[in-house]
Amino acid sequence: MSLSRAFFAIIRRDLVLALRRRAEIANPLLFFILVITLFPLGIGAQPHLLQAIAPGIIWVSALLAAMLSLDSLFRSDFDDGSLEQILLSAHPASILVLGKIIAHWLVTGLPLLIVAPLLAVFLGMPKNSIGILLLTLLLGTPVLSLIGAIGVALTVGLRRGGMILSLLVLPLYVPVLIFASNAVEMAGSGLPVNAQINILVSILFMALVLAPWPTSAALKMSIN
Amino acid sequence: MLLIPDSVVRFFHRMASPPHFYAFTERLMPWLVIIFLFLTGAGLYGGLYLAPPDYQQGDSYRIIYIHVPSAWMSLFIYVVMAVAGAIGLVWRIKLAEIVAISSAPVGASFTFIALVTGSLWGKPMWGTWWVWDARLTSELILLFLYLGVIGLYGAIDDKRVASKAVAILAIVGVVNIPIIHYSVEWWNTLHQGPTVSKLDKPSIHVSMLIPLLLMALAFNVYYLIALIQRARVELLQRERNSQWVKTMVMENKQ
Repeated sequence: MSLSRAFFAIIRRDLVLALRRRAEIANPLLFFILVITLFPLGIGAQPHLLQAIAPGIIWVSALLAAMLSLDSLFRSDFDDGSLEQILLSAHPASILVLGKIIAHWLVTGLPLLIVAPLLAVFLGMPKNSIGILLLTLLLGTPVLSLIGAIGVALTVGLRRGGMILSLLVLPLYVPVLIFASNAVEMAGSGLPVNAQINILVSILFMALVLAPWPTSAALKMSIN
Repeated sequence: MLLIPDSVVRFFHRMASPPHFYAFTERLMPWLVIIFLFLTGAGLYGGLYLAPPDYQQGDSYRIIYIHVPSAWMSLFIYVVMAVAGAIGLVWRIKLAEIVAISSAPVGASFTFIALVTGSLWGKPMWGTWWVWDARLTSELILLFLYLGVIGLYGAIDDKRVASKAVAILAIVGVVNIPIIHYSVEWWNTLHQGPTVSKLDKPSIHVSMLIPLLLMALAFNVYYLIALIQRARVELLQRERNSQWVKTMVMENKQ
C-alpha cells in the first residue's frame, strides 16, 4: 500500500468509526454550547458586557471543548492494540498519526464551526465579526488538535491522564487564544485583522509540519 | 569530534558513568558551596550596602538583586532541561536524563521566586500585587510549563519512560516559549497600552550592575549545587540494584 493510500485509509477508518459512535461527536459540541450558555447566567445578561467579552468566551469554550475531546484521539486504538499496528507499519508513523489527527479534527473541531455563528448571535456579536470568528476557528481549531495530540500521546498510557493533560496542553494553547480572540474583537470594531490572520496561518502551518513528530515519538514511548 | 581534544572527550565519557559522577561530585561539592557563599556574600554586600539608592525608587529597587537573577535562571534552566533531555533522547545517556528531570523543580522554584519578588516590588511601585503585564504573564505560563514537566514525570511509574516523556515535552516547550512570549507581549500592548511598562530599561550604573552580575553568578552556582544534589539522589534511587551502590552502602556501614 502506498503512503498516500495508507494515509487516506486511516482517515477513512477513523471517520467510519466515529460515525458508528455518534455520541462521541456530540459530546464536545454539547459541552461547547453548554459552557457558552453558562456565561450569561453567571455574569448577568447585560448586552454590552456580553458583546464585549463574546470573542473571549467563544474561544475559551472552544479551547476547553477541544481539550475535552482529545482523550478519544488515541484511547480506543491504544486499548485494542491497533495503535501498535499503526506504529509498526512500514510507513512513517508521523504521517499516519497526522491522518488520525485530521480525522479527529473533522469529527470534533469542524462541528464547532457550524454552531459558532448561532452562539455568536446569542451573545450579540456584531455581524461583521462573525465571518472572522469562523475564519479564526477554521485556522485555530486544527492547531488545537495538533498540539493537543502531543499531550495525549504523552499521557495515553496513564490511568489518570486527564488532569495532567490539561496542565500540559493549555499553556501551549495560549498563542492561538490570543491571536484568534483578538482578531474577532478587532473585526468587531471595524479594524483590519490581516496581521492576526497571517500569524494564525503561520502557526497552523508550523504545527502541521512540526507537531506529528513529537506525537509519534511520544506514542512509541507510551506503547512500551 | 575531530576538533575536541581527547582529554575533554574522555572527561565527558567518564562523567557519563554513574559511579564516577557520584564520586566526582562528592569531591566537587565543598568547593561549589564555598564559591556560592563567597559570591552571594559579595553580591549582597555590594547590592544592599555599597550600591546607592535609586533616585526614583529609593531602596525598594534592591529587590532586583534577587528578582532579576531568578528570572534569568528560570529561562536558562528550561533551556538546559530541554538540551539535556534531547541529549538523553538521542544518545540514551542516563545522566543527561537525570540532569533534565533534576533541573525541573529548581527551575520551577526560581520562576516562583521571580513571580513573588516581582509582585512584592509591584505593590509599592505600581500600587498593585499583580498586573497582566507581558513579562509577568509569560513568566506565569513558564511556571505552568515547569509544573507540567514535574507532573508528567510524577505520573509515569517507569522512570526511564518518564524521562523520555519529559524530554519530548521540554523540547516542545522550548519551541513554544518564544511564540508564547511574543504573543503575550503583543496581546498586552494591544489591550492596555504602555501604562505599566514604566520600567523601560534605564542604563544601569556600574555600582548597581556589578552586584547584579555577582548575584547572577551566585544563582548559577546555586543551581549547579541543587542540580547535583538532586541528581545524586535520583541516581542512587535508579541504580539501587547495581553493584557500585551496594558496595558503597556496605562500605559506609562499617
